[in-house]
Amino acid sequence: MSQTQDFESAAREADQTVAHFEERKSPLARLQHVLHSNPALVPLIVLVALIAFFGIFAGERFFRAYTLTLVLQQVAVVGILAAAQTLVVLTAGIDLAIGVVMVFSFVIMGNMVVSYGMPAGVALLAGFLVAAGCGLVNGLLVSRLKLPPFIVTLGTWNIVMAICLIYSQNATMREADVTAATQWLHVFAINFRVGPAVVTLGVIAMILLYIGLWFMLNHTAFGRHIYAVGDDPDAAELAGISTKKVLVAVYTLAGVIAGLAAWVSIGRNGSISPSTVVTDFNLQAITATVIGGISLFGGRGSILGVLFGTLIVGIMSMGLNMMNADPQWKVLLTGMLIIGAVAVDQWIRKVSA
Amino acid sequence: MEPILTARGLVKRYGKVTALDHCDFDLMPGEILAVIGDNGAGKSTLIKAISGAVIPDEGEIRLEGQPVHFRTPIEARQAGIETVYQTLAMSPALSIADNMFMGREIRKPGFMGKVFRQLDKPKMQAFARQKLNELGLMTIQNINQAVETLSGGQRQGVAVARAAAFGSKVVILDEPTAALGVKESRRVLDLIRDVRARGIPIILISHNMPHVFEVADRIHIHRLGRRLCVIRPSDYTMSDAVAFMTGAKLPEGVTEAA
Repeated sequence: MSQTQDFESAAREADQTVAHFEERKSPLARLQHVLHSNPALVPLIVLVALIAFFGIFAGERFFRAYTLTLVLQQVAVVGILAAAQTLVVLTAGIDLAIGVVMVFSFVIMGNMVVSYGMPAGVALLAGFLVAAGCGLVNGLLVSRLKLPPFIVTLGTWNIVMAICLIYSQNATMREADVTAATQWLHVFAINFRVGPAVVTLGVIAMILLYIGLWFMLNHTAFGRHIYAVGDDPDAAELAGISTKKVLVAVYTLAGVIAGLAAWVSIGRNGSISPSTVVTDFNLQAITATVIGGISLFGGRGSILGVLFGTLIVGIMSMGLNMMNADPQWKVLLTGMLIIGAVAVDQWIRKVSA
Repeated sequence: MEPILTARGLVKRYGKVTALDHCDFDLMPGEILAVIGDNGAGKSTLIKAISGAVIPDEGEIRLEGQPVHFRTPIEARQAGIETVYQTLAMSPALSIADNMFMGREIRKPGFMGKVFRQLDKPKMQAFARQKLNELGLMTIQNINQAVETLSGGQRQGVAVARAAAFGSKVVILDEPTAALGVKESRRVLDLIRDVRARGIPIILISHNMPHVFEVADRIHIHRLGRRLCVIRPSDYTMSDAVAFMTGAKLPEGVTEAA
């Protein structure tokens, strides 16, 4: 028997160190590692580069605090939707219905106060409940029936859009009518000046939401479970995580955040128009998420990157506008950024030991 | 000495196939028990029944003399039986510390932990570092590096360390060396001995006869859905074991079931 076991003696002369760490030689490999551990770095670099570029070429008006805070106001609604989208994408899912859920939610909020004369509190609660309910349905279909998230939300996108238009008869509620009933629906339009900068409560809501979600994703067990479910659902299940519960919670939470986006959106737009249901809010949110470095395969990326991704789109739009460029340049550049971001993601995940 | 884990008369049928046919099993405290058997002999069903992944149709499992009925792997884990799956069940993009505490995170004491449910990261990292240190795995330098940046042997090491850290009563290792090279296998075998030295009994499922004969105290040979015999590696050769396992030869005093 000793004979049969001695075959390993041949390896005894070999280098006995197991799995030691080599100094990384190529700067490219080192960069790959840095980006691997800091997924928000790529969008941050792009954002800084864009700001520098427009600072040089769009004239000094661009650098004014007024301009930069105007960008924040413009991106607040999409930024909030992108935060919701991020949670879903981290679980390796996608929520195509997020935009129409938001519109349906603010139509409900508006109708409650204008048509039914309900107090603002009830209207807001109803709007949030409807948004959360849509998310819950998505979550149940994805986790219980095991349908692909793309198909589920493609379906609910159409269903919610149709219900929204049928229910509202596509009637726009004028700002004056809403304001006459209550001030509360426009609360996020309230702004204050800090020097030349104009900050709305909507912008503050977006930033607080990102801070809150960053804390949740990085410093609570639920947040780590979201990453684990998106990374490898089988491994997560074996580690004792109920992947079904996590999925239902994530889609429902995304719905609630869409409700917040609805409220902020009323403040931003003033009037409440069901016809905005055809706007591609869902794709704008997905764009910000992808440019922000969240992997569509799940489990990777930082929510701070999504905030940068949202700002990248906003800065680009504003900067090109000030340079009097054709608006289609923004569309073209956004497309290139999406492809670039996914290519970088693919490269980063090939990181080796 | 009383066995720490016993099974009596386990039966598990999948349709017309009987995977476990009145199977018995005994694990002694502090030993490494290897479970070997040909493909389809039912050894993985046996292990799944013990680790809670499969509910047997008949029979009884006792842990420290108390009957247990696991419905999920989580229940087995709560009872102190940790399993290292062949796939390792780790989230590649998450850190070593995150993976070690996945599903049993520690929260901060006081307000931040209770109200905001904040995790106690320093405590978890210190614990993870200590456990890896104890098992001599500190070639892994950064406890916060993603598991996917580790080599196969290091990943296996982390998975074994996780099981040893929390498996208070039994650790089950499913083919721990199957995917590893010669040197890395050696490290994992040393690791298995280290875990035994800490008094935790180990069930080792392996197809690698040299590894089995090297580390096992006793070898449970599984054949046709039940325990054929238990041998000591010092009493038999590897070819005897293979002969028993395939039915080419019968151990003394054992008659093949009809």
